[in-house]
Amino acid sequence: MIRVRNLWKRYGAVDVLKGLNLDVHRGEILVILGRSGVGKSVLLRHIIGIEKPDKGSIEVDDVLISALKKNELYQAVKNMGMLFQGAALFDSMNIGENTAFYLEQHGDPKTGKPFPPEVIRNKVREALAMVGLEGIEKKMPSDLSGGMRKRAGLARLIVYRPSILLYDEPTTGLDPITAQQINELVVKTQNELKGTSIVVTHDIHSALFIADRLALHRDGQIVYVADPKTFMNIDDPIIQFMKESLIHSPSKEIS
Amino acid sequence: MITLVQKQTVRILAMIGEYVSLVIDVFAAAAKRPPSWNLIREQLYHIGVMSLSVVAITGFTTGFVLAAQSFYQLGEKGLAGVTGVMVAKAMITELGPILTAFMVTGRVGSAMCAELSTMKVTEQIDAIKSMAVNPNSYLIAPRFIAGIFMIPLLTLFSITMGIFGGYLIAVYLFNLSPVTYFDPIKIHITLFDVASGMIKAFIFGVLLVTVCCYKGIKASGGAAGVGRSTTQSVVTSYVLILISDFLLTLALNMIHQEMKGL
Repeated sequence: MIRVRNLWKRYGAVDVLKGLNLDVHRGEILVILGRSGVGKSVLLRHIIGIEKPDKGSIEVDDVLISALKKNELYQAVKNMGMLFQGAALFDSMNIGENTAFYLEQHGDPKTGKPFPPEVIRNKVREALAMVGLEGIEKKMPSDLSGGMRKRAGLARLIVYRPSILLYDEPTTGLDPITAQQINELVVKTQNELKGTSIVVTHDIHSALFIADRLALHRDGQIVYVADPKTFMNIDDPIIQFMKESLIHSPSKEIS
Repeated sequence: MITLVQKQTVRILAMIGEYVSLVIDVFAAAAKRPPSWNLIREQLYHIGVMSLSVVAITGFTTGFVLAAQSFYQLGEKGLAGVTGVMVAKAMITELGPILTAFMVTGRVGSAMCAELSTMKVTEQIDAIKSMAVNPNSYLIAPRFIAGIFMIPLLTLFSITMGIFGGYLIAVYLFNLSPVTYFDPIKIHITLFDVASGMIKAFIFGVLLVTVCCYKGIKASGGAAGVGRSTTQSVVTSYVLILISDFLLTLALNMIHQEMKGL
């Protein structure tokens, strides 16, 4: 269970989050929709502890993330993972090393000892196979396309099986086919890990495909949260615009 | 006008606070969970081995110039015999530490800053945090540890090259005997001179690594931000090295005078 209460964050002179409240239930995929620049990614960064709120609280499984000191925070977020918008793969490492990063840093949580190299290799191979990237361990991130980078980022995330997964614009900038592959991977990962997922996007097609519940982020706050059917019938100009765009994708008249 | 001054003062104080906090955090992180030997070894190689040629050339040519200047300036007054001492004293107490620090800042510090700032603006540092790893411990501590070991060693190497360069010029160009060059060095170069050079090298190492890493992880604003941070890291390091050199020279000599008086 993730509980966000009265979250405020200011950058310079702009309040990006203005008393935001949100509950995310265990085991669900919550998709947060909203226009670009409204602070959706900022919310994810607060949940995983990369950003500290100016005011308000974030509770994850009864742990008050927003009040933790740096070292306590690193312990608390060990079972969380985030897929960044640009995948954020480490340029200096190949894909195998990127995927193995968490396992090498933290070792086996059961024994507290480092994983044997063979175990790491197997886990990396499995994670890459799960996202359809078998045999690319030796490739560098710069050798991959945008879609492959996103999938490699996802492999780096699922290799350590976090119970809370945060996705920042997972389909942005991808062609429709690759975007759909990513959507399917998000659902597959959720089914496999039985975790809690929060997906931030402005892509209504993706949102409807993967969401258990949808939320609308506007003006620094979550203004609606509902199941997809109820959500799409809310009388709100942004939601109605999204609904319209599902039916009539904007296109140029061809004469 | 006053508001602008106030704003700038607050900005600079905040920056100093962040920098000091980073240095403390790096020390604490390194002490709590020392970085892996592989990470340190990689940095030892980048900072130390890869800088050898540039440090050697700098030390060597500086030795040439010092020997030539000393010979011409002092030779007229019949003091050509102190050429070796002049070269050694200047290299050990001032030019060795300063020039090595400058060279390492230009070659390694700037690259360090550019790498870290690229990682910052492409969210790679956030990715490290999101995987419950302290970036100060993973990224900065190995550079810091390697820096404080390697920069004094590089300085020693630079000093040696400088004295050797001076020797070549003094002996083979100005026909001084090797004994005339080396004997006064043995007499006039004290342990204090060597210690003060090494203390300076150590402090410069701490400054340049931490400043370049700080500027790197605080970068923002895409490719332009990376360029800006890299330039700032080099300029700030140079200025701090020069200021600290002056303060260290004063402090170390005062301590030396006190010790001699006891």
